[in-house]
Amino acid sequence: MGEMADGELVQLLTPEGELTEHPEYALSLTSDEYRDLYRDLVMVRRIDAEATALQRQGELGIWASLLGQEAAQVGAGRAMRQQDMAFPTYREHGVGYCRGVDPLRALGLFRGVDLGAWDPREHNFHLYTIVIGAQCLHATGYAMGIARDGKVGGDDGEAVIAFLGDGATSQGDVNEAFIFASVFAAPVVFFCQNNQYAISEPLERQTRIPLYKRAAGFGFPGVRVDGNDVLATLAVTRKALDDARAGQGPTFIEAYTYRMGAHTTSDDPTRYRIASEVEAWKLKDPIARLKSFLIRHEHADPEFFAGVESEADELAAYVRSGCLAMPEPAHSTLFDHVYAEGSAEIDAQRASFTRYQASFADGGVR
Amino acid sequence: MSRMKKFNLPDLGEGLTEGEILSWLVKPGDTVTLNQPIVEVETAKAAVEIPSPYAGVVAELHHAEGETIDVGTPIITFDTTPGAAPSEEAPAAPSPAPSAESLAAVEIAPEDQPVEPGLIGGPAPGGRTSVLVGYGPKTVTAQRRPRRPAETPAAPLEDPELTLLPSIPDPLHSAAKPVRHGGLEVGRAAERAAEAASAPVRAKPPVRKLARDLGLDLASVHATGPSGTITRDDVQRAAQHATVTPLPTARPVAAAPPVASWDSSREQRIPIKGVRKLTAEAMVASAFTAPHATEFLTVDVTRSMRAVERLRASRDFAGTRVNFLVLVAKAVALAVARNPMINSSWDDARAEICVKEYVNLGIAAATPRGLLVPNIKDAGRLTLRQLADALADLVATAKDGKTPPADLSGGTITITNVGIFGVDTGTPILNPGESAIVALGTVREMPWVHKKKVRVRQVCQLAVSFDHRVVDGELGSRFLADLGAFLNDPETTLLAWT
Ligand SMILES: Cc1ncc(C[n+]2csc(CCOP(=O)(O)OP(=O)(O)O)c2C)c(N)n1
Ligand SMILES: [Mg+2]
Repeated sequence: MGEMADGELVQLLTPEGELTEHPEYALSLTSDEYRDLYRDLVMVRRIDAEATALQRQGELGIWASLLGQEAAQVGAGRAMRQQDMAFPTYREHGVGYCRGVDPLRALGLFRGVDLGAWDPREHNFHLYTIVIGAQCLHATGYAMGIARDGKVGGDDGEAVIAFLGDGATSQGDVNEAFIFASVFAAPVVFFCQNNQYAISEPLERQTRIPLYKRAAGFGFPGVRVDGNDVLATLAVTRKALDDARAGQGPTFIEAYTYRMGAHTTSDDPTRYRIASEVEAWKLKDPIARLKSFLIRHEHADPEFFAGVESEADELAAYVRSGCLAMPEPAHSTLFDHVYAEGSAEIDAQRASFTRYQASFADGGVR
Repeated sequence: MSRMKKFNLPDLGEGLTEGEILSWLVKPGDTVTLNQPIVEVETAKAAVEIPSPYAGVVAELHHAEGETIDVGTPIITFDTTPGAAPSEEAPAAPSPAPSAESLAAVEIAPEDQPVEPGLIGGPAPGGRTSVLVGYGPKTVTAQRRPRRPAETPAAPLEDPELTLLPSIPDPLHSAAKPVRHGGLEVGRAAERAAEAASAPVRAKPPVRKLARDLGLDLASVHATGPSGTITRDDVQRAAQHATVTPLPTARPVAAAPPVASWDSSREQRIPIKGVRKLTAEAMVASAFTAPHATEFLTVDVTRSMRAVERLRASRDFAGTRVNFLVLVAKAVALAVARNPMINSSWDDARAEICVKEYVNLGIAAATPRGLLVPNIKDAGRLTLRQLADALADLVATAKDGKTPPADLSGGTITITNVGIFGVDTGTPILNPGESAIVALGTVREMPWVHKKKVRVRQVCQLAVSFDHRVVDGELGSRFLADLGAFLNDPETTLLAWT
């Protein structure tokens, strides 16, 4: 991974945990706010670790870990306002957490007991999208819609944020979304977590120029932010969302980060990347740098850290017991959300399927 | 409440059927905490650690290291309330729900309408299962759930309204006219069945090719696939029959001496998987991307062999194993320092050649897991003693089959010691991503012209293959000549070069 030239990258907190200044992105938080961000990072990492363990224990079919990307997700998630709408990929467990979505919703999807069909309206957090890049079109269309509804233009306007990966930038859908967003000045922020890999394909296979520079070709601003720096990510995303809500159109954010774990639990990253690369990124850990900042500048004391740890333990226990207790869905629920109003056709299929299940010796109960 | 909990090997990666116990990290009697790593398991996809699903005491390990076991088989039993009165039975922990669910996905189609290849939940072309995120594993044969006896009539076929598939038929493989309905194209099973009966031969292009390759007429193959299609298995089965048919014997002989035969009954079929598969892929990738050139040199290594003897006797080398390979490793490190470009890689994506200042020296090793090439990190900076230790370590770990993945990545140049098999040399294939590989032949006593007289000397052949995109003949030759010079006279070259 080539290091970027200085100045390209917006950073407010160095890997050593020192504050730095940036001419365009100032951020000053209270001790409480710093501590809250730290707590978010720790909780999100813990949810992820517990889910990964549950997969290894056979309780989830698969899990896409966000290890290493906590700051990018918490920074973006906390930059959103209540009225803003998020369109996630399959890895945005941290954003979901910030939105107030119960982590068990994501676990239900990966346990295979539901189709991940939560109500996107409840927390303004759309469904996980597994088709790479498709959510960028959904987000852009949604953004064009709220603009037409007149919900954009003031300080209290609505904005949309679409999450995508570095690999997704090679998708046609994503490029089409960029064009529509640009031409219609849609109030949407494209938040790209460049975690350096699309499964096993390194960034070099997606681009010859830094990703954030692509935005210029579509006609909107592109920014590269240190995705392992929660403060910088928060500041940059806030600004981009505020621009969008004020009617200034889209922004592309490249959160420069690293996927510390496997692509998913089905993957073995040692087959395609070298250990020294992972070691180098460990030194840029998002949580360690905020922790040393909190300690050095006396924003937090040992009791605080101990409190966060035990809170994380409780959360992990909740995730585990909640996962194990998930009820097996009735087969018929498969048909429930095909049409909002139902249909005779679907009713017939449901009846047929129910009869089919009943034809088994075990009565279709599994 | 039972206190003994069995834990079954879960499906660790979307549709896997088995895993190999690489190493146990706990033993009976150990107290474990929740999520403490207990075992390392290798599957077709990855070697992973499994965290303990319970807190308690390990009661029993059901399988030894090195065993390959089926998903769903108990591997370990925990006592979750040690100290309590023992209970009678030890029911298995709740069976891994997700894997059961994924099997169910394959089973949801009625029996007479199996899920078609290519549909979600069904095997995709090439025998892989479509999965949500990432690449798919090889398909697993789904076990069928026992059906109820006939008392419940198999309803689906009687009511045309109910014969619709619960999934969207693949229009490519369905001859039925699609019916537009609510935005979905839905094929009618009855129509499809009728079509299937009259259709001539239905098989996908790869299956047709397979049949052609095997010299089979598709019309003679019995179709078992959906809608009467001929599957890959059908073709293979037919091909087997064709070859197994006894050859016409001209003269039956009483108590016939073994007749020359060359049919499949005398072939052994070994599944291509695991390290063999990876090795094959790496070799094919290397052989067909890097144009290889190989050069040879025969060297009188008598002095090196004497040096080995002296080093063995030296106090500085007490407790380690010095052999000829250690000197060859040193020779490679020194020759690289004199010819840095040999230690580089071709980066096609960036149109760059990456010349490495560090030498991660790979040693090809035959291990219980197959051919592996672990490497010694930054070997250029090691003293001879450190090199000897590192080599001994690497060989011991490889022999135990415990080479960690990190040792296998990041290599920059490789030595393959074919001499241990008594052969003189070979034309080695590059380890992918590297630009040179040294083959070391066996050291033999040979008549050799030494100081103008024919003497018995210890002689060895060296070969170097290099990536001709990166390394020209001149550089390759210099590198090889340097290796030879060192092994011919290690003391002098060492003084001259360092
Ligand atoms: C349209 C589509 N093509 C291929 C895939 C298979 N796939 C799943 S994840 C992935 C890589 C995505 O990489 P990136 O956008 O960098 O996101 P990351 O997984 O790194 O977060 C691919 C190709 C898919 N899900 N959808
Ligand atoms: Mg990525």
